[in-house]
Amino acid sequence: MTLRTRIIPCLQLLDQNLVKTVQFKNPAYIGDFINTVRIFNELEVDELCFLSIRATVKNLKPNIQILSQIAEECFMPLSYGGAIRDFETAKNIFALGFEKVVINSYLFENPEFIKKLSEHFGAQSVVVSMDVKKNMFGKYGVYSHSGTKKQNHKPVEWAQKMEKLGAGEIILTSIDRDGTWAGYDIELTKVISESVNIPVIANGGAANVSDIVDVVKDGMASAVALGSMVVYQQKGLGVLINFPDKSKLRQLL
Amino acid sequence: MITILDYGMGNLGSISNMFKKIGVKSIITSSLDYLEDAEKILLPGVGAFDKAMKIINEKGFRKILDKKVLNERVPILGICLGMQLFTDNSEEGKLPGLGYIRAKTIRFRLPESNSRLKVPHMGWNEVVKTNDSDLTHGIEEVSQYGDPPRFYFVHSYYVKVDNEANSILKTIYGISFDSGIQNDNIFGAQFHPEKSHKFGMKVLENFANI
Repeated sequence: MTLRTRIIPCLQLLDQNLVKTVQFKNPAYIGDFINTVRIFNELEVDELCFLSIRATVKNLKPNIQILSQIAEECFMPLSYGGAIRDFETAKNIFALGFEKVVINSYLFENPEFIKKLSEHFGAQSVVVSMDVKKNMFGKYGVYSHSGTKKQNHKPVEWAQKMEKLGAGEIILTSIDRDGTWAGYDIELTKVISESVNIPVIANGGAANVSDIVDVVKDGMASAVALGSMVVYQQKGLGVLINFPDKSKLRQLL
Repeated sequence: MITILDYGMGNLGSISNMFKKIGVKSIITSSLDYLEDAEKILLPGVGAFDKAMKIINEKGFRKILDKKVLNERVPILGICLGMQLFTDNSEEGKLPGLGYIRAKTIRFRLPESNSRLKVPHMGWNEVVKTNDSDLTHGIEEVSQYGDPPRFYFVHSYYVKVDNEANSILKTIYGISFDSGIQNDNIFGAQFHPEKSHKFGMKVLENFANI
């Protein structure tokens, strides 16, 4: 059996480097992206996601050169997100050999952008990224621009709107859990998963295989993204590119 | 040298990247002259059946392909839509296919009761060998974890061979379909080897060694 639940290393790019944030802050240097992706090929990882952080905030364009180097080394389905704001850029990224584009901040200016991409490239190639944070009263809010800008949409309402406009899947990141090794936000994942019919990829907080199992079984996530867990040995320890034990995952999922 | 035929259907960069990775020379071309000189041909393809056949017929590729493949018996590998074009016809279109392998291309009709399965069939899935083939040689041994061979698929139509001797791989997605086919020097893969890391590399390496 293949892994029925997609398990996707989600890697953060900052300038030329691979980094890892904690709650979207303090990006720590992980390494050279090319070496890292070579290791993921070796580890027989079935899908990779690259998110360029701060790209919209810094008003950058997707770095086509880096993406093209990644596409030359990665022989698995790939997605990319970060500062995609126009049709041509998305088209260029697909042409490099990426299967999916991930869109976030620009959608709050122009939600119809999803529709345009979806109609042209197919819903399966368009991913909406939703960054969510709890406020002091325990209410969830949607954020854009690397977690710096609060948007006036309720998470469920935004997810449903994106589905309706043609999103093929949603990558749902808990800003509070990002890089904390505290486990996924199961409550958040469940609320969103139950409100849409498209796959929801849970992101933020995974520390071990049982966190993955929990967010799939209790949070109804159809796929999971892994950050710190695949770039560090353990919480507080050094960099080690790795992937959880597949036979264990197969047994539990 | 492998000639990757660029007839305007889909991205070919990933395929040539993988050949580069495994140290096999390849060239992406839409030139009739280059096709005429080909030692080995790769026919890729993503998109609609009729559109692809129309281009192949109208741009003069058909005549050369027929000669190379049927008379000179040059090895050819069709990937995804490229493989479907080898069949006699497709439910996706009205034009006849290349007819290199007696087979039909059929739309997935999945039972309503199984809502987990969606069309397109997209994602990784396993294959089972049905007949030995040079194309699939050793694919069970590539995983360092002992995983059975798996490949990345994206398609809404599948191939069914008329004669089981032409099936080399089968995959189950609601129904069992032919995910790999062969007729002598003509090979087809429904999946994308260029997106199937070690398993795909093995298949392309095998094709390069035929």
